[in-house]
Amino acid sequence: MRAETGARLDAPRARLALLLLLAPAVVWLAGLIVLPHLELAVLSLRARVTPGVYEFSFNQYRTFVDEPLYWHTFVRTAGISILATASTLLIAFPAAWYIAKIVRGRAQSVLLVLCLIPFWVSETVRTLGWMILLRESGVLPRLLVDLGITAVPVEMLYHDATILVGLVYTSMLFMVVPLVSALESLDDSLIEAAYDLGGNGWSILWNIVVPHAAPGIVAGSIVVFMLTIGNYLTPTLLGGKNSLWFTEQIYTQFITRFNWEQGAAFGFLLLILSTAIVWVGLKLTRQSFGDVMRRA
Amino acid sequence: MRRRIFLDGETATSRMQQDLEVDGVTKRYGSHTAVDALSLAVPHGSFFSILGPSGCGKTTLLRIIAGFIAPDDGDIRIGGRSMRAVPPNRRPVNMVFQHLALFPMMTVGENVGYGLTRRGAARLEIASRVDAMLKRVGLPGAQDKRVDQLSGGQKQRVAIARCLVLEPTLLLLDEPLGALDLKLREHMKIELKQLQAEFGTTFVYITHDQSEALVLSDRVAVMNAGRFEQVGTPQELYYQPQSAFVAGFVGANNRVVGTVTRIDGDIVTLATAEGLAVRARAIGAIVAGDRVETYVRPEVVAIARDASELALGTQRFCGRVQSLLFDGANSAVLVREATTRAEVRIALPQTGRFADLEVDETIAFGFDAQRAVCFPAVKHAG
Repeated sequence: MRAETGARLDAPRARLALLLLLAPAVVWLAGLIVLPHLELAVLSLRARVTPGVYEFSFNQYRTFVDEPLYWHTFVRTAGISILATASTLLIAFPAAWYIAKIVRGRAQSVLLVLCLIPFWVSETVRTLGWMILLRESGVLPRLLVDLGITAVPVEMLYHDATILVGLVYTSMLFMVVPLVSALESLDDSLIEAAYDLGGNGWSILWNIVVPHAAPGIVAGSIVVFMLTIGNYLTPTLLGGKNSLWFTEQIYTQFITRFNWEQGAAFGFLLLILSTAIVWVGLKLTRQSFGDVMRRA
Repeated sequence: MRRRIFLDGETATSRMQQDLEVDGVTKRYGSHTAVDALSLAVPHGSFFSILGPSGCGKTTLLRIIAGFIAPDDGDIRIGGRSMRAVPPNRRPVNMVFQHLALFPMMTVGENVGYGLTRRGAARLEIASRVDAMLKRVGLPGAQDKRVDQLSGGQKQRVAIARCLVLEPTLLLLDEPLGALDLKLREHMKIELKQLQAEFGTTFVYITHDQSEALVLSDRVAVMNAGRFEQVGTPQELYYQPQSAFVAGFVGANNRVVGTVTRIDGDIVTLATAEGLAVRARAIGAIVAGDRVETYVRPEVVAIARDASELALGTQRFCGRVQSLLFDGANSAVLVREATTRAEVRIALPQTGRFADLEVDETIAFGFDAQRAVCFPAVKHAG
C-alpha cells in the first residue's frame, strides 16, 4: 500500500528523469540527423537563378537520371555493397557458429574480443595497412615474386576485388555480433531433434538454423550494407581515383565543385535508394524491420 | 562387409522378439564412468523405463541408444541390427526430447511431416500421413497451427506424433513430462500409456520420477552410478527390492540402520545404536555383526492405541505422534519412536479408524518381520 502511494508521488519525478535521460538522444537525433537532413532537402530542391536568387527545382534530381555517370556509379556502388554484404555473411556465419555453438566459456569471449581488436585501430590506419600489404612494392606482391608465382610484382591495389576485401574486413564485426546472439539462442536440442528425425547437415542448416537466425542475419546484413554503401575512406584509398564510389560523387560536389545543391540531392538519393534496397531485402526475406531489430 | 551384414541378419532372426539389446555398453568421461558395462534387452511392444536419480547416467545411456554419443565399449542392437557406426539420422529410433524440441519455425503439420520430407516422400503422401497421425493423437486438423498456439499437453502429442509417423522400431523418451505442471503431468502419464498401448511401439522412457516409472512401465530398470541396481516389473521393484538403493528409491520407505545380533533362518535381528531390537527379512548374505539397513514401507506398519490390539507375532514398538499428514487415501502419520527418537512414517488405514488421532498422543505400532527387508549397509552415492 505504502509502496503504491510512493510510486504515485514519484510519478512526475520519474517522468522528469526519463526526459533527462532521453535528452541527449533527442538532441543528437534532432540536431545531427533531422535538422541537417531538412537543410539538405531544402538545398537539394532549389536551383540558383542568379547569385543570391534561388527557385524551387528538381534539376539536381534530373541530373542524376540524365547523366549516366552518376546513376552508373550508384548502381555499381549498390552492387558492390550487396556483394560485400553477402561475402561478409558467408565468412562471418561459420565464425559466428564456432563462437556461439562450439567453443565454451572463456574462449568464447576471447574470440569475440579478437573480432573487436581491429577496431582499436582507426579505420584510416587499418586501410593504410591493407595498402602496405597490397601495393606494387608491398608485402604480398613481393612474397608472390619470392615464391616464384609471379615474375614481377603485381599491383594489387585499385581493383574492385581490393575494395571488396577492404569492405568485408571493415564490416566483419557488425555481422559476427548479431549472428552470434541469434545462434546462441538456438536450442541445441532442435538440431539434435532434426538430426534424429533424419535431417542431414545441409537440410538442418537450411530448415532449422537459417530460419531461426534469420532476424540476426537480416540485422547484420542491414548494418553492413548501410555502412558499406555509405563508406568513403575504404573505397577511395583501396580503389584509387577511379573507384567510382557514390560517396565520392557527393564529396566531389560539395568540396571540389562547390555545388552544394547537387551534393545535397545526391546525399538524399543515397538515403532514399539504400533504404529502398533494404526494404526490398526485407520483403524478399519476409522479415519485418521491427522484429529484426528487436530480436537481433 | 557383406559377410558381416549377413551375420547380423542371422542373429536378427534368433532374437526376433527383442527390439533393443544393449550389450556391455560403457561410457567414460575422464575418470568418471557414466555408464558401466550395462546390458539390457527390451522385448517388442513393451514400455521399458530407466529410473534413477539425476547424474546416474540414464541420459547418457539414452543418448548412446539414439546415437548422439558413441560408447567406449559394447554394442547396441536395434531390431537385431548392430548400430555400430550408424549415425542418429539413419537409426530406426526416434526421440522425444526433454523440452520436446518442436521446431518453432514450422507449423504443426510441418513438424510432423519433417521426417517424411527428409525421407523424400511425395508431398501428397506426407499430407495424408500427417493428417492420419494427427487424428490418431487427438489433434485432427491442427496442421496449420503454430507450435506456440498449442498447450503443453498438445505439444507433447505433436512431439510424439512427429516420431511415430516414421514408424520407428523404438521410441526414446527423455523425461518429457518433467517440464509440465503436476496436474497436467498426471494426465499426460495416463495419455502416454494409452498412446503406447494403441501404437504398440516399443517405448524406452527415462525418468527420475518413480511414480511415472511405476505407473507407465511393463518393466523398470533402476539405475544408480552407471549400473542397474535391479530390473523388473514395477511390482517386483516395490515388493521385492534386491538392493538397499532400490528399497530407498522406489516408493516411500522407513530406514533403520543397525548391527546384526541374531539370525534365525531368513529373519535377522538388528540392534540400533540406541539398543532397540528390530527384526526383518534378510536379502543377500548377512552374518552376525554386520552393519545392515532395514526398510519398512509405511503401509506395512500397523498402528494401534493399545499394544494388545496389534496382531500376535508382530514386533511391537511405541511412540508419540509427531505430525498428521492428511492426504485423503494417502494419509499418513509421523511417529517418533520412544527409544531411538527416530521418525517413522505410518500409513493410516483408509477406513478412517484413526481419523481422530491427535498430535502428542502415545500410540503402539508394529510390523511383520517378513514384510520388512534388510540389506548389508552400503554407502549411498550422492
